[in-house]
Amino acid sequence: MNIIVCVKQVPGTTDVKINKETNTIIRDEADAVINPFDEYAIEEGVRIKEKVGGSVTVISMGIPKTAELLRETIALGVDEAVLLTDRAFAGSDTLATSYALSMGIKKLGSYDLIICGKQATDGDTAQVGPSLAEKLGVPHTTYVRKIEEIKDGYIRCQRMTDDGYEVIEMPLPAVITVVKEINEPRLPSIKGKLKAKKYEVKILTADDIGADKSLCGLNGSPTQVIKTFTPVHEINGEILEGTAREQAKKLADKLLAMQFVKCR
Amino acid sequence: MNYFLTEEQQMIKELAARIADEKIAPIALEYDREGKFPREIVKYLADSDLCGVYIEEKYGGLGGGVLEMALVVEELSRACGGISLAFAGTGLGTFPIILFGTEEQKSKYLPDIAAGKKLAAFALTEADAGSDAAGIRTTAVADGDHYVLNGTKQWITNGGEADIYTVIACTNREKGARGFSAFIVEKGAPGFSFGKKEDKMGIRASATCELIFEDCRIPKENLLAREGMGFIVAMKTLDRTRPGVAAQALGIATGAFNAALKYSKEREQFGQPISSFQAVQHMLADMAIQIEAARCLVYQTCRHIDSGAKNISKEAAMAKVFASDTAMKVTTDAVQIMGGYGYMKEYPVEKMMRDAKVTQIYEGTNQIQRNIIALELIKEST
Amino acid sequence: MTGIEIISDKCIGCKLCLKACMFGAIDMKEKKAVINDNCSLCGACVPSCKFDAIRIEKDKAQKTVDISEYKGVWVFAEQKDNVVSQVAFELLGEGRKLADALSAPLSAVLIGSNLQDQAEKLIAYGADNVYYVDHQSVEHYNDESYTDIFVQLVEEYKPEIVLIGATTYGRSLAPRVASRLNTGLTADCTGLEIDPEKKILLQTRPAFGGNLMATIICPNHRPQMSTVRPKVMKPLEPDYSRKGEIIYPNVIIPENLKVKVLDVVQTVCETVSLSEADIIVSGGRGLGDAKNYALVEELARVLGGAAGASRAIVDAGWVDYSHQVGQTGKTVGPKVYFACGISGAVQHLAGMSSSDIIIAINKNPDAPIFKIATYGIVGDVLEILPELIKQFRERLN
Repeated sequence: MNIIVCVKQVPGTTDVKINKETNTIIRDEADAVINPFDEYAIEEGVRIKEKVGGSVTVISMGIPKTAELLRETIALGVDEAVLLTDRAFAGSDTLATSYALSMGIKKLGSYDLIICGKQATDGDTAQVGPSLAEKLGVPHTTYVRKIEEIKDGYIRCQRMTDDGYEVIEMPLPAVITVVKEINEPRLPSIKGKLKAKKYEVKILTADDIGADKSLCGLNGSPTQVIKTFTPVHEINGEILEGTAREQAKKLADKLLAMQFVKCR
Repeated sequence: MNYFLTEEQQMIKELAARIADEKIAPIALEYDREGKFPREIVKYLADSDLCGVYIEEKYGGLGGGVLEMALVVEELSRACGGISLAFAGTGLGTFPIILFGTEEQKSKYLPDIAAGKKLAAFALTEADAGSDAAGIRTTAVADGDHYVLNGTKQWITNGGEADIYTVIACTNREKGARGFSAFIVEKGAPGFSFGKKEDKMGIRASATCELIFEDCRIPKENLLAREGMGFIVAMKTLDRTRPGVAAQALGIATGAFNAALKYSKEREQFGQPISSFQAVQHMLADMAIQIEAARCLVYQTCRHIDSGAKNISKEAAMAKVFASDTAMKVTTDAVQIMGGYGYMKEYPVEKMMRDAKVTQIYEGTNQIQRNIIALELIKEST
Repeated sequence: MTGIEIISDKCIGCKLCLKACMFGAIDMKEKKAVINDNCSLCGACVPSCKFDAIRIEKDKAQKTVDISEYKGVWVFAEQKDNVVSQVAFELLGEGRKLADALSAPLSAVLIGSNLQDQAEKLIAYGADNVYYVDHQSVEHYNDESYTDIFVQLVEEYKPEIVLIGATTYGRSLAPRVASRLNTGLTADCTGLEIDPEKKILLQTRPAFGGNLMATIICPNHRPQMSTVRPKVMKPLEPDYSRKGEIIYPNVIIPENLKVKVLDVVQTVCETVSLSEADIIVSGGRGLGDAKNYALVEELARVLGGAAGASRAIVDAGWVDYSHQVGQTGKTVGPKVYFACGISGAVQHLAGMSSSDIIIAINKNPDAPIFKIATYGIVGDVLEILPELIKQFRERLN
């Protein structure tokens, strides 16, 4: 079974500080990491491979130094790592990203299953998985928390919903996006790391994958950011003074008076 | 500081650190409280190839030596000095096989240990044989193709949890120090059972247990080296594992120092963080100096041993004494810096202080280590 | 030529843009900013430059669609078990404002079976008309069939704006539909507005973990699509005397689907769910220890509410992720929200700031949570919570 896992490089922390005066990001030397949700995707891919055989290829679209992170996935049981990198890809929104990934994946040849993390921690959009499936013309299921059965041309999985789950079956090839309930990603092994050290990530440009540059990057992105600003959350509330007991009483008085809290 | 580790040693250290931070730290207090054995941590070590860092590649290990073992022990001990013993205690039980095992013995036992499928333990101590190992009462008597063991071993690290035990027993009372022999005993051998599990002050996540041999029959091929070599096996093994105890102490000290440093920056008294007070600053500086000195001594001793040096007893003892005394001092000071919080079980440093104590006691008390050092010094100078 | 350009005459080498760049993509060379290979054209540097020295340009978009043909605002009326989800009514409330600003109709899209009453309810909540696709086979949500039908409707009726709830289904349907239509989609919008001159949709959403807000447009493609999380927008008061039209569109119902939903299992039947609770009591780091979360749960129980948590204590493993409130957890908008020992990181505020009444309990009087609190108590949460539990327990019985 040929499994492709899509991954993204994201900043190591979402705890970004903003300089209120200049309205700019205070940049710590936060390392870039693989999107944490994608680690579950990699783990699931490797587990499927270990069970039914085949290969796992990770693919990413990003800046050249993403290759370093992709190389490390080899230590987790990944067989091949491919990076799509080109100035033409810069400024991609989720549509342009999906297009580039779809062209990259078609270039790789045949595949059975594509696994993505449910979303990336930097944008939290959760759009690339379904959008990619559409560009490839294959079915998809989001928020997969368990694969019940997978075999040639068939997958049956559980999609997490707000109040439980659904059991969904699809023919392969297909795309799934996975939630962190699906597994516990393994740590790398030393032997894996030694193998990764020697591995060379395959680099592909827009031309290499035959991408139409008008559909890539900023050109291929229907959405544009026109403004960024620091969120303002400010109202002037009332501070309740006194001892702990007095404070608690004052608050209870107010809430009961407003009838937000009612007697049963 | 640059410790001049090779790229592979650096990898080993980093991976052990990840396991310590991500897997051990969150459970350390619970395992200490409940005295639980860390099976799942062994699994993480195994899956990461760390179980076999000091075992030859042909037996599935990574081909490293004492330094690689110490790096792992140090990092794991930073998070829990008890949990790290599942690994370190296995090293202690395995080194007799590495040093004295036949090809058959090595290929039978080492691959499973390297793969983390089996743990090992080393059984020397008895009720009346601590610092004075000559008091060993356990006997092994040859009977046809077998040896028959009788006696009780006490305070055995990994006891009950390990699958492979190297046991020192008396084969000939009359020959004195030359009357002891080393044997490999597998869990499940007839007549081999476990006694009580000890309730300890520290290293509570480590299993410490009695081993009971009642007409325990083991095949003759389980004899390590030759009859009468038991003492040598034990001493040569301990020379190689004392830097492991030193690394354990070093890790505990580092963990306590990190906690105290972090706390001193967060805790405010008199309107400022306590790290701004000179009294605290000097304590932190002293702790850091001792840890750094211990680390340099431990790593250098490991390199000395791994270089194939013949005389290593003095150096191994020095590393063990210095690192374990450092651990006791640093953990005590960490509790002091953290004050009332440091004394509470909700915070990790009181546990580290309890864990540190044993490193001054086991694998040869620090008093015995000083004897070894002094005797070597005198011997060298004559 | 597409790309980013530093206008070197204007650049004075002030380095403000370096700090603004998340990607380390700007270097200084000879006291001028220079863009390196790390640039993702995210645009964060453009507003940071006080001298207008940074320009991002793209090639003239190939206009494949005549955007003037697209009119009206649509809301996807997600339904489950023949009941339209609350988020659809919230979106109608917001959609009404947008439609009025455009002088265009507001429509709901309803897919399912036996939903006549629900269609009427959608009108009461502000829809001018309802496109109702009524078929037994689409009774339950299915990515494949719903995408096919939705795309047919868009192609036939050409709405200029489509709003979809950012639910499990909505977050699966919206990107698939947008991808097939080759249009833009902005996820998890917290603010929607019509640009009064250009008449285009201004979509505002949190970026970089909620620390920055970004306003996003989709100028040359239609429809302009947004998803919005539940509890972010407010529904209108229903008016059952409102008149509206129910339209039964002629669409091809897809057959022989590849994606089959075999079973729907409900597992959560615990106390009150976070997203539906009127009262939420949430705990954060200030609780000091995992075991003190019991106080939070106890107050929630006494008040008949739900217990929430900050990301910090979920990450620390004190409570399950299902309790997490915030940008990466659940967005909630209860009547009363207690933030106990939560400092109020932006990412937490993004998930609860639409609550009617916010009560902040924190030791640190400078904690950002006090800035949005209706009532603040400066004190040790471990002392205040037991008192509150006592007060409410006595006075509610």
